[in-house]
Amino acid sequence: LSPGRVAAPPPMAAAATGTGGQTLGRSSFSRAASSKTASSSSSPTASGVKLGPNGAAFVSSGIPDLDRILDGGFLLGSVVMVMEDSDAPHHLLLLRAFMAQGVVHKQPLLFAAPMKEPRSFLGALPAPVASSKEDARQRAMGGGAAGDGRASDEGLRIAWQYRKYFGDERNSNAEHRDNKQEFSHDFDLRKPLERHLLNAQHIECLSTQDVDTLHDLQNRSSAFLSKHQRKEGGNLSAGRIAIQSLCAPQCGYFGKDWDMVSFLRSLKAMVRSSNAVAIITFPYTVLSDSFCKRWQHLADTLLSIKAIPDEDKDLAKLLTGYQDMVGFLHVHKVAQTNSQVPTQVNMT
Amino acid sequence: PPPQLEAEMEEYGAGDLLSEAMCAGARVVVVEDCVEAPAAFVLHLLLKRALAAGGGGGGGAALLALAQPFSHYDRVLRKMGCNLSMHRKSERLHFFDLQGFPGGTQGGAIADSLAQLYSAVQRVVETCRAGENAGRFTVMIDDVSLLEVAANGSADDVLDFLHYCVTLTSEMNCSLVVLIHEDIYSSEDGVGLLAHLRYIADLVIKAAPLSTGLATDVHGQLSVVNKGMLIEQRPAKGQKVWSFHFKVKENGADFFYPGSRH
Repeated sequence: LSPGRVAAPPPMAAAATGTGGQTLGRSSFSRAASSKTASSSSSPTASGVKLGPNGAAFVSSGIPDLDRILDGGFLLGSVVMVMEDSDAPHHLLLLRAFMAQGVVHKQPLLFAAPMKEPRSFLGALPAPVASSKEDARQRAMGGGAAGDGRASDEGLRIAWQYRKYFGDERNSNAEHRDNKQEFSHDFDLRKPLERHLLNAQHIECLSTQDVDTLHDLQNRSSAFLSKHQRKEGGNLSAGRIAIQSLCAPQCGYFGKDWDMVSFLRSLKAMVRSSNAVAIITFPYTVLSDSFCKRWQHLADTLLSIKAIPDEDKDLAKLLTGYQDMVGFLHVHKVAQTNSQVPTQVNMT
Repeated sequence: PPPQLEAEMEEYGAGDLLSEAMCAGARVVVVEDCVEAPAAFVLHLLLKRALAAGGGGGGGAALLALAQPFSHYDRVLRKMGCNLSMHRKSERLHFFDLQGFPGGTQGGAIADSLAQLYSAVQRVVETCRAGENAGRFTVMIDDVSLLEVAANGSADDVLDFLHYCVTLTSEMNCSLVVLIHEDIYSSEDGVGLLAHLRYIADLVIKAAPLSTGLATDVHGQLSVVNKGMLIEQRPAKGQKVWSFHFKVKENGADFFYPGSRH
């Protein structure tokens, strides 16, 4: 996670690709053309849904790198839970990307948070970086025209970082000129999402602060999900539910452990039979160990965030680009459709 | 070997470490797992074996499913070569969709709902026993930790329900297999659901991650403890505790001793 831009590649990585036959720069390292899996070769539908094997359907998390790590994105019909770092608000980066991605694809959204005016959070949603991507593409084309692409040699390093490989796949997505056709976008956290996009959307907001039961949230979720029931061969319109800090102390129902876990259980069952994804962040340190485990077991996809301390000399030596990093994202488990094989992703 | 032993061996799919470790005749089987090493695959395996029971009489099973919808089990077991839809149609499998349990009336006591559930299970077992099916019947619960959530934390009610299910095992040639998430209870003080289950179990199968961390070829380790019940026909090779590694695949699971994987 980097401040300012979520999953933004450095310009030189964007230049060093082979889209449409434009290979810039010569190097003894040549990457085999990435084999297109079934999921990536099927173009996303206009509603930002990508189909995968086993009847799986994905929506983007709003962070292309994360989609790749999760082998497609967020599975429709699954619950994603994010363990917050108690000292830092980085989980909000995930939520903002998730919600912004949904808005860009015109996917209905239900947002619940322990704030007086959850709707105000919408002002913090980031805009897609379509414009800066255009610049990068132009730079790339300009370099190719020069013939030997000498300018981009500066971007080549003997020690390749994985991000530069990902750049290949990302630019194949750029073949779709239209913003809406892309499955996933990079978001620029410094630019807010255009107002008119927010007003045109089906966005419901709900406050969990000072509310002493979860009945309302459960009813609203149920009503929301009933509009996104999964149908055989039906039109895949996806819905998104984002719940921030579900067990935060300022929630009126805080401390009602069994009620919260009961709500999660029923939400999971409702989401399972729908074309929606629910993402729930929670400050796990306020839960008992036992209930924290219950929440973890209920998650289909489980992520956790750990803030990276500033001025840590050891980490600075260990990680390239340490200054740009704000935290670690740990993937504990990943939702699977109809499979008993555990995901061997577990990476940080 | 005597015909009954043959039937048992066939029933349990003789030939892999798990079936060797599981003593025949175990009535109450408790499967434990944790977030890092989920053991639903063990339930899938046992369910497949319960339904595949040969010997003419055939087996039967009741699956009390809180964790997943039918379609999930159907697809998973299909990849393992077991057609749940077919078994359900022919009434060898009785599927209880408990994702919404107890549901409905918010005012009704959980004890009543559990009592009703038990009656339904008992009816199913009795019907199966009454037919020509003299084979073993299996009642499976996926999972007990969710049953406790459904009971809003009332472990006593859940335990009562489980004890009633245990009575079925002695009266009706039936076995009970339950999945419980061990890591939920390990931090608790006092005697919780897990301790009770371990006490009444004949067999405890526990999945845990490797202490060395992740590996592509090994998903975890399984320990099987035969809790010293009298094994009528088949000596459990004199061994009470088995420990081996496992790898879960789409069509089943491999069990092997550490270091013997090729």
